[in-house]
Amino acid sequence: MRVRARALLGGLSWVPGVAAAVPLQDALHAYGIQAAHIGRLWNFTLGLCTLVFGAIFVAFLWALWRAPRGRAGETAPDMASLARPERRLHRAVGLATGIATLGLLLLLAADVFTSRALARLPLGNAVNIELIGHEWWWEARYHHADPARDFVTANELHIPVGRAVVVTLRSNDVIHTLWVPNLHGKRDMIPGRTSTLQLRADHAGTYRGQCAEFCGLEHAKMAMLVEAEPDAAYEAWAARQRQAAAPPATAQALRGRAIFETSNCASCHTVEGTAAHGKAAPDLTHLAGRTTLAAGILPNDGAHLAAWILDPQSHKQGVYMPATTIKPDDLQALVTYLGTLK
Amino acid sequence: MSMAKSPAPPRLAPQDAAQLHQTWSDPPGLVGWFSAINHKTISMRFMVTTFVFFVMGGLLALAIRTQLAQPDGKTVGPDMYNQLFTMHGSTMMFLFAVPVMQAVATYLVPLMIGARSVAFPRMNAFAYWIFTLGGIMLFIAFLVGSGPDAGWFAYVPLSLLQFSPGKRVDIWAQMITFTEMAGLMEAIVLITTILKMRAPGMTLNRMPLFVWTILATSFMVLFSMPAVMLASTALITDRLVGTQFYNPLKGGDALLWQHLFWFFGHPEVYMIFIPPLGFISTIIATFSRRPVVGYPAMVLAVIATAFLAFGLWVHHMFATNLPELGKTFFTAASLMIAIPTAIQIFCWIATLWTGRLDLRTPLLFVLAFFVILVIGGLTGLMLASVSLDTQLHDSFFVVAHLHYVLMGGAVFPLFGAFYYWFPKFTGRMLGETLGKWNFWLFFIGFNLTFFPMHVLGLQGMPRRVYTYPSEMGWGSLNFLATIGAFMMALSVLLFIVNVVHSRRRGAVAGDDPWGAGTLEWSVASPPPPANFEMVPVVHARDPLWSAQKLPSHVSGLANDYREILVTSVADADLDHRLWLPASSIWPFLTALATTVLFIGSVFTPWAVVWAMVPVAIGATFWFWPKKDIVEQRTGSERSPLEVES
Repeated sequence: MRVRARALLGGLSWVPGVAAAVPLQDALHAYGIQAAHIGRLWNFTLGLCTLVFGAIFVAFLWALWRAPRGRAGETAPDMASLARPERRLHRAVGLATGIATLGLLLLLAADVFTSRALARLPLGNAVNIELIGHEWWWEARYHHADPARDFVTANELHIPVGRAVVVTLRSNDVIHTLWVPNLHGKRDMIPGRTSTLQLRADHAGTYRGQCAEFCGLEHAKMAMLVEAEPDAAYEAWAARQRQAAAPPATAQALRGRAIFETSNCASCHTVEGTAAHGKAAPDLTHLAGRTTLAAGILPNDGAHLAAWILDPQSHKQGVYMPATTIKPDDLQALVTYLGTLK
Repeated sequence: MSMAKSPAPPRLAPQDAAQLHQTWSDPPGLVGWFSAINHKTISMRFMVTTFVFFVMGGLLALAIRTQLAQPDGKTVGPDMYNQLFTMHGSTMMFLFAVPVMQAVATYLVPLMIGARSVAFPRMNAFAYWIFTLGGIMLFIAFLVGSGPDAGWFAYVPLSLLQFSPGKRVDIWAQMITFTEMAGLMEAIVLITTILKMRAPGMTLNRMPLFVWTILATSFMVLFSMPAVMLASTALITDRLVGTQFYNPLKGGDALLWQHLFWFFGHPEVYMIFIPPLGFISTIIATFSRRPVVGYPAMVLAVIATAFLAFGLWVHHMFATNLPELGKTFFTAASLMIAIPTAIQIFCWIATLWTGRLDLRTPLLFVLAFFVILVIGGLTGLMLASVSLDTQLHDSFFVVAHLHYVLMGGAVFPLFGAFYYWFPKFTGRMLGETLGKWNFWLFFIGFNLTFFPMHVLGLQGMPRRVYTYPSEMGWGSLNFLATIGAFMMALSVLLFIVNVVHSRRRGAVAGDDPWGAGTLEWSVASPPPPANFEMVPVVHARDPLWSAQKLPSHVSGLANDYREILVTSVADADLDHRLWLPASSIWPFLTALATTVLFIGSVFTPWAVVWAMVPVAIGATFWFWPKKDIVEQRTGSERSPLEVES
């Protein structure tokens, strides 16, 4: 089913940067049915509002053009309107107001129909993700009917194309907001409350999202990636996520794991299959399978990982991860180990 | 057809006029400066103070735009940036947008209704001092590195102590107390003035449209500001005293804050928007040389807008997990409020259509409303839809929308109002050539700054971000926006130059340079301390454009004491005479004591107890009746029995 909305009246094609190389994070290119519903409403509303603006603008300019000129302080005021009621003018105002009211009713109807469509996403065979907002990263817990098949990840989600995804939204600290505009509108993650977002990706691709509620110092650097892939590929990914970390094969990686388990890392991070079961920071069991680090802000490669571990504050000031004092060859071993966590 | 000269109004004998002048003047000297309570004096100070805050808010905006001009900007770091946008929003919303409207109103309303003063002139002065001291507190906090940084809206739990340690948010919350107290007092002053001090014959049906907007706005202030005072007080007690209103772990609710804040916050933007509707009506009438079309519809539209504004607040919460059907109700209300505004726009276009137009600077600024506010209103309709809002909320689309409505709906008409009434305030005209440069730079700069932000929001750029990565492709539009911002800054600079230059060298204005219809133009520019030598009797709307009828003025008010006429609410029938109090330094001193109380309570609850003492002392001296005045007043009373016999 073609659900990709056309980004037309926004007239964006001339805007520099709206090209294939830019990470997908915009509301005008729908890659999922919910965003498509909203995109249709946007097109309708934009069209209607442009018409209304045009009509008012023309009437306004015409009034300015046709009225004779006068001079305040010299031209005498015209008080004829007090003697004779201006029926034609009043009727014109009334007619315009009536048309405006009709337009507003149209907008209301369009909104109600869109809300209904959004609420009617078929939820059979849905993937269930519990997303918990933290300052400034995303904790994702995939839930299955069989709890043994649950798994935990962070910051980068994979979802199957063509299957519904029910995202349950909570927060660990302050209000955050999940927003992946190419797939759906946003929903707040409010401490003490649970909300839900139902969406479906209908095209494979990588979609970028960002926290959209001011959540403190590094609100600007709380991004996420959503990878939509064919169902078989998704299931393969999920199966890998369920497994604990494979034991390291090389001596250096083994040394790196030992360093991980015995230094501060383990007090905050979890790597399933090791002694590290910290809960305060992103789960790293399959870190090497992710494209980015630090909630979408750094590329996930050895150099950036090493720099991040040494001094997170220089990349994301105020983040709760402290700097790490570590010898260069220990750091190398650690990075090598983390690189095995696919 | 040129204007006929209306017959000269009756005048007091010179020695009586001189005595009247002396009676209503404030004392000279430094102590006299702090004792001033003349409504025009206080209002001028108030207007200048709010304008200073506007400029400071604008400088904060320039810093924001400089940081965002390029991706990965390094002008400021996240902590300073969060303070910058919090200070920008708080300054503009609490220290400029509503106070400036109240300031202009306290100057013009008495003149437009034929009164010698506002009601409660000492409280009017107190409100000004409280407002100013609160604003100074906020900026001192910012300058010493303790500026609030949780946003002008300070959502919990981010603004609770656990996530916002230190005094920053406490200072913000207490600034609210200062400004809302001032706002409430000004509302009481204005409502009482408008309902009880109109000149005889000025029935509600003959009241200028601007005065109607101030009446409606002032009632909105009364009903909305308590909500934010309650919210901010609960925030302070959660942070400082251990209450748990907003803590979900202890039975509180994070959304309670949002409901309370937006119950105030939505009417707030209409409180900012409605007085400029009065400016627009006044200026369009004068510069079209005819009364505005459809006076009853215009009045009812203002009242309807004021009511409906209280039913919209949940549209700020569409992304939360409130029930969907409930949200749709607020969509309907948010769409519906467009109807009264549409009526006003159509009536104004009809007025322009059938008028004789003078396209000078005051009208130009007002005409900008028809482009900018209309765009802002239409994007508001987009945001009113729950589904659309889920994409647009908290993105730069909203930043674009809010600036289109606030600047198009309030700031542009406000500049028009300054160009229009500057001659009345100062006796000089603002330069017209510089005015046109001012206008066009502002108009072009504004659109260059904010139109691209609609696109940025649709392209996925969230709000309140101190930077963005270069690969998002948002750099070019952000750079354009920054250029526009500097254009606007240049325009405001031109305005300041125009004001400073014209104060001394502008063309002399005379009483009525615009040939306008309302009563403020019947007195000198600037008006004498008592406004009217003899209080006029009103027989029609636009009294200066209507035929003179007898009786034309009221005679017999005292010249040796500050005597005013109190009239009835609906028909302005004579009710009684009232003596207003003399100038006094106690409002200022009581405001200082109250400031100590408010600021102290940020640091210790005991400040509320101990600082109450000087506040009570100040208030006591403020109200203490002077024996000789009481005797004079009693001696001037006449009983009906006495007169009859």
